[in-house]
Amino acid sequence: MPNINRLKALSGQSAIVGVAESDQIGNVPDKSPLAHHAEAAINALDDAGLSLSDVDGLMTAGWSTLDVAEYLGIQPRFTDSTSVGGSSFVIHIAHAIAAIQAGYCEVALITHGQAGRNDRSPAAPNLGTPQNQYERPYGIIGPPVSYAMAARRYMHQYGEDRTREAMANISVATRKWANMNEKAYFYDRPATFDDYHESRWIVWPFHLLDCCLVTDAGAAIVVTTAERAKDCAKGGVAILGAAEGHDHSMISQMPDLTCAFGRNTGKQALDMAGVSHSDLDLMMIYDSFTYTVLVSLENLGFCGPGEGPDLVANQRTAPGGDFPVNTSGGGLSYTHPGMYGIFTVVEAVRQLRGETGERQLDDCDFAIAHGTGGYLSSTGTVILAAP
Amino acid sequence: MTTNAPARLEPVSQPESDQYWEGARNGELWIQRDKTTGEYQFYPRAHSLATPGGELEWVKASGKATLHTFGIVHIPPHPSFAGDIPYITAIVELQEGPKMAANIVGVDPDPDNLTIGMPLKVVFTEISDDYTLPNFTPA
Repeated sequence: MPNINRLKALSGQSAIVGVAESDQIGNVPDKSPLAHHAEAAINALDDAGLSLSDVDGLMTAGWSTLDVAEYLGIQPRFTDSTSVGGSSFVIHIAHAIAAIQAGYCEVALITHGQAGRNDRSPAAPNLGTPQNQYERPYGIIGPPVSYAMAARRYMHQYGEDRTREAMANISVATRKWANMNEKAYFYDRPATFDDYHESRWIVWPFHLLDCCLVTDAGAAIVVTTAERAKDCAKGGVAILGAAEGHDHSMISQMPDLTCAFGRNTGKQALDMAGVSHSDLDLMMIYDSFTYTVLVSLENLGFCGPGEGPDLVANQRTAPGGDFPVNTSGGGLSYTHPGMYGIFTVVEAVRQLRGETGERQLDDCDFAIAHGTGGYLSSTGTVILAAP
Repeated sequence: MTTNAPARLEPVSQPESDQYWEGARNGELWIQRDKTTGEYQFYPRAHSLATPGGELEWVKASGKATLHTFGIVHIPPHPSFAGDIPYITAIVELQEGPKMAANIVGVDPDPDNLTIGMPLKVVFTEISDDYTLPNFTPA
């Protein structure tokens, strides 16, 4: 088991000093995935007041760090290509803390880049996986089919109508945030409850507006010591807690379709941080689907099993609500290139720094960013504090 | 299926699953059981979940199951399924205990026709000369 006392000693010792997206996100037909990695890396280092020559640790997912480092022209002394789905980049923050505090590197760069809409060479599936034998031949392919089956199980356990209402609330509230973020794919397109309920079926019980976008985008994060953060352009957003893990790969092997690994990573990250749920001002929760938010909030302990629909009722998570979730507009309405997790951290850092303009929260001292990867398979959770 | 539809996605059997797919070709569902504890496991592995390092044996399953959850796919997630939509995907719980994925066949793909917990029985769908898929239908 993780040694919580040793983890507590690491709390606040490292900080995020730079975050950024690639130059353009959304529909970007003229940029390769690696171009998104590189643009985001340079932009995040600029944000920190650092340069590529300062970087001695590199982390990425979806690609090997071999390719990213070569493309960037750097020679890292700590390298980590842990790739466990869209949560990976949140998990990399835990790895960055460990590497920096152990002395393996001092400036860790986490990069992401995907051309979800316009990739000329999308990755081929590994035909040797159990999934290729026991799910793909049935047309259980890609996230919507798997997550929809999990959502249907939740409906069975906790009520179909109130689950539907919760998913509608999350969809509509998230769109309202996107309408306040000019980088969001749906910045200028509002959506109503009627729009939600009338949108076409993708995989029943998911409407189109239960599902995330598919975009082209990149993002990057720079992590260093709390000491060095003092000299960076914008100071540091302290990393108080970080946790990771997974309990299955295929959806048909998930131990409980209504309880993902956030049950562990949420508690560990909060314990490490010494922060309680009521201290948190912003919840950035990976929203591959509306259901992902509903189940993640429960798993993280914001409420009990089956109580999520009450937690997100009456647009509490929307602008002006008392429980702000996914203020960027999330994967549902801002951007989702395939592995979105890094963007939960980008927005959390900006809110904690007070940089988000019209959508800025009044008091944002503590934020949680929670990534979910694969088929509700892996989670990574971080707790961050304002400079 | 239209005549121009891409070929169906086939599994690639691995050494530990050859017996499973051979059984399916013969219209039988075979699963593994730990020799010491008697616990069943799915999917086939060269490794016992119940007794790591322990021995496994193959058992012909009852073919009885219940519906754990389902979804109805309206947008083909791969071109080869374009002619199949809407179709029902499911996770079923075998009478022996483990869960597995399958399609529910012999039922119109309408959520009102499906109830979580409903009894199911295995049927077999040949998708190629080499592969037959275990599927489930209301018992």
